[in-house]
Amino acid sequence: MVTLFDVVAAVKDPELRVLNVAELGILRDVTVDGDAVTVTITPTYSGCPAMDLIRADIESALHDAGVARVDVRTVLDPPWSTDMISPEGKAKLAAAGIAPPAPMSGSVFVQLSVRCPRCGSPATEQLSRFGSTACKSLWRCTACLEPFDAVKAL
Amino acid sequence: MSHFGYVLGLADDALIAAQRLGEWCSRAPEMEEDIALANIALDQLGVARMLLTYAGELEGRGRTEDDLAYLRAEHEFRNVRLVELDNGDFAVTMAKLLFLSVYQRLLYDRSIGVGDERVAAVAAKARKESAYHVDHSARWVVRLGDGTEESHRRMQAAIDLVWPYTHQLFQVDPDVHALGVAGVVVDPSTLRPAWLATVDAVLAEATLTRPADVAAPAGGRGAHTEALAKLLAEMQVLHRAHPGARW
Repeated sequence: MVTLFDVVAAVKDPELRVLNVAELGILRDVTVDGDAVTVTITPTYSGCPAMDLIRADIESALHDAGVARVDVRTVLDPPWSTDMISPEGKAKLAAAGIAPPAPMSGSVFVQLSVRCPRCGSPATEQLSRFGSTACKSLWRCTACLEPFDAVKAL
Repeated sequence: MSHFGYVLGLADDALIAAQRLGEWCSRAPEMEEDIALANIALDQLGVARMLLTYAGELEGRGRTEDDLAYLRAEHEFRNVRLVELDNGDFAVTMAKLLFLSVYQRLLYDRSIGVGDERVAAVAAKARKESAYHVDHSARWVVRLGDGTEESHRRMQAAIDLVWPYTHQLFQVDPDVHALGVAGVVVDPSTLRPAWLATVDAVLAEATLTRPADVAAPAGGRGAHTEALAKLLAEMQVLHRAHPGARW
């Protein structure tokens, strides 16, 4: 049986299309009260522009599943961390050519070498600490010469 | 300054910094920098939106984040003048960003666990983003300061130009001091020693000289340079020309 939680969890992140909101770790809670559903999510970055779209996608997914009243709430506490991306989520990122984030070690300045998601080589170099979206940095593999995105540890 | 004024001050610092950084979009010296500055602006804007929403609730007059951003006049903005100054050349932008982000990083770090849970929650998120802003601006200040003769000269000139405005970050306010003593929020006037320690280390590595502390520009938050009026004219024009516009 598909629960309403599953319906919400299946909503994709619009910027990291291979991940759904549950794998990304931003889905906190889904509660059902009669014909009303309350969904609680948390933003990745303070200014993540995808939040409005994610909210709208969750609403339409639940409406499609027959839910009349949907309330999507945003909470900040506890703050999201890349450690909240599930192991399946990290594997999907790597399979899509995006290097998954290293575990947080207390400081964002400790960035161990990032492995190339295509050839697996640790011989990579950072091109820019800010990438195509707020959550990514830009890297290049010096072994296979492919440029790639990496999700920044946060 | 009331509790509302304090939160509005934090929000306006982030909002005006975001607007200024956004001006670099499509004009930065290289594409990676263009993206970096836009990303940092986005982080600042995110914090500003959360804090403006909260400030509106504290005020209790039903003003939303948009009302506060788009429908206030110049004298009602509570940002420090440091963030409203023109971008100048790239070195001035980096000097401003270094001084602001070291301050924000300290403020957010110490705001975790304060009595005001809303501020604490925003700070717990923002501090991690702030660390990237400090790192980014510090790298540029070092690269330019310890670079060529020309880049050193311009980086030092930028530090000299902006330095007097940094004093306002640590201005003493009796009400905020009381809120700080009560553990409700962090009193920014207590942050200068730690701020100086970080800034001094960056300046030293960059072979730059810390300017002497001469008189700071007079007036509190609410007093502004003429740069703010022009910034607001651009930021607010659409909302004022088409009230309630949506897209």
